[in-house]
Amino acid sequence: MLHIKNLHANIEEKEILKGINLDIKAGEVHAIMGPNGSGKSTLASVLAGRSNFEVTDGSVEFMGKDLLEMSPEERAREGMFLAFQYPVEIPGVSTTNFIKTAVNEARKHRGLDPLDAVSFLKLMKERMKLVEIDQSLLSRSLNEGFSGGEKKRNEIFQMAMLEPKLAILDETDSGLDIDALRIVANGVNKSRNKDNAFLLVTHYQRLLDYIVPDFVHVLYNGRIVKSGTKELALELEERGYDFIKNELELAAQD
Amino acid sequence: MSNDAIQYFAAKFSEEKNKSGALAGFSEKAMSDFQKLGLPAIRHEEWKYARVSNLFRKDLQYVTAGTGISSADLEPFRLPASGQATELVFINGVFNKELSAIRHQPEELVVMSLEEAASGNYADFIKANLGHSAAYHPDGIHALNAAFAGSGLFIVAKKGKVIEQPVYIYNLADSRPGFIFAQPRTLVHVEAAAQLQIAEQYITIGGNESFTNEVFEVVAEKDSIVDYYKIQNEGPLANHVGTTHIRQVGKCLTNAVTITLSGAMVRNNLNMIMESEHGESHMYGLYLLDGKTLADNHTIVDNVMPHCYSNELYKGIMDGESSGVFNGKIFVRKDAQKTNAYQSNKNVLLSDKASANTKPQLEIFADDVKCSHGCTIGRLDDEALFYLRSRGISEKNAKSLLLHAFAVDILDNIKLEPLRKHVDSMISERLEFNF
Repeated sequence: MLHIKNLHANIEEKEILKGINLDIKAGEVHAIMGPNGSGKSTLASVLAGRSNFEVTDGSVEFMGKDLLEMSPEERAREGMFLAFQYPVEIPGVSTTNFIKTAVNEARKHRGLDPLDAVSFLKLMKERMKLVEIDQSLLSRSLNEGFSGGEKKRNEIFQMAMLEPKLAILDETDSGLDIDALRIVANGVNKSRNKDNAFLLVTHYQRLLDYIVPDFVHVLYNGRIVKSGTKELALELEERGYDFIKNELELAAQD
Repeated sequence: MSNDAIQYFAAKFSEEKNKSGALAGFSEKAMSDFQKLGLPAIRHEEWKYARVSNLFRKDLQYVTAGTGISSADLEPFRLPASGQATELVFINGVFNKELSAIRHQPEELVVMSLEEAASGNYADFIKANLGHSAAYHPDGIHALNAAFAGSGLFIVAKKGKVIEQPVYIYNLADSRPGFIFAQPRTLVHVEAAAQLQIAEQYITIGGNESFTNEVFEVVAEKDSIVDYYKIQNEGPLANHVGTTHIRQVGKCLTNAVTITLSGAMVRNNLNMIMESEHGESHMYGLYLLDGKTLADNHTIVDNVMPHCYSNELYKGIMDGESSGVFNGKIFVRKDAQKTNAYQSNKNVLLSDKASANTKPQLEIFADDVKCSHGCTIGRLDDEALFYLRSRGISEKNAKSLLLHAFAVDILDNIKLEPLRKHVDSMISERLEFNF
């Protein structure tokens, strides 16, 4: 589904990603972990098409197409979804209208007719249950005045509505209390199937107690330095990121 | 051509003089002020951007005689739900009773020409109130309107009447013969506990330039509620200088919303004069500009008495080579303690050649007041754009979603629902917003 080869990216001349290689297949859940400043969020942003990053080398193929050639909206219509670390508040744009527009853009892309009001409401009601989000929240302006937890739930709700092939969750767990974390994780778990994939970007292991990954990668200094299964996350939790740094230094000395 | 303009209008004035009857004294004083003051020069700080003197060219025509406009010509410009409204029409600045339709009962709404009002029962009121705005605008262009006030309009909302249906005023300039100059003038008396909604619309017919120089004065009495809407969408050849001067002579609530969607040079002065304790006023403005349009909004809140509240929000979206100007004055006089006055101006620039100039001007002589002001000039928020696009919404649609959201904040203050929908659809069409 996603093939990242030797991906390099800069922000304002500073190289943040220094050669990322990663393959994600349908049905898999991958977690990217790493200390602050390792490039985790940059990777998520580059994949979603944020314009302030410049890709200097490498390639990314998504569903058989060159991802880097696509605008952010094309990526979304092809089935990529980024749950933002800091969802944007947009006063004056109604959440419901926004989601309806987004859903219908995706349908148009697939050659489907727009959903009529009844089917849209039916779908919305069903997916609202998934993330235990309240109707009153959706009749408000997009994220305006939402608490941190409400914003994250709204991200997962949008994901559930858009049914992406690949969902990237950028530190969705940060700032969530345990109840909100459980709700968010539950939303993700119920959305999992053999045709879609997830990339969880996180600093902490605790999210992975609720969403169990197939693979865990450690990102450090712009590169994936270690990959493993969910046990790797537990090891990181126990020993901290320093053990990775030490291993790398030892390797460098050899 | 300032001297030529003075001579031109002096000649027009003597032609019309025998008609000025009851307002002769008022007009003569104004004409002499005009001759003394001349046209505002560009070096005049208040007229730095709105270069009004440039418009007084040799081909400018001030024609007030009948122009053959029929009600069929007006039809396409009538505001929504006009069938229940009172519709009042100015042709080239002259109130035209024949084309107007007064659909309110005289027990609630009185409509007549200023001239008629000044010679009848309302003479004392006219004498005491007509031209109050001149003190705030000591310039020739304001005086020039007053010199020809006789062709104006007088409206009274009667005591205690809650007038549900609005009053629509159509200011039509017939530019078919050439570059036409028009000077509508209106005085409105909203009596105690009356409620009145007024919307003004501007229309230029014909393919030539037009220039409307308007003065609109409102006197609002105790416990009245006045909603005033000014809708400007005349096309790129229309120039406008207009003063809306609203006096709160008793504790009351006055609201004004100014929407500017097109024009050549547009200058709007809006004044709220808080002459009574515990008055409340709201001023909202939206200017959505493109091409070479200049829209210059000057506002004044004059807190004469204590305990008044005023809130002001103006928003601008500038594309092409357009430019938006905002100047917001808040005066708090020495006795106006406990004043609450808020002001905000926000601008979005969509092109490199568009510009915005904003200037808050607070003059506070009392020591126990709450006043705040703020202004911003920027581009659309990149992060918000990216957020929308990351959900599959095209860049173009994401922009119009954001711009519409920015504008809708102002539209929400148009309480007259058919009018709000009408303005919203004009704005949506401009922004290609169709969600």
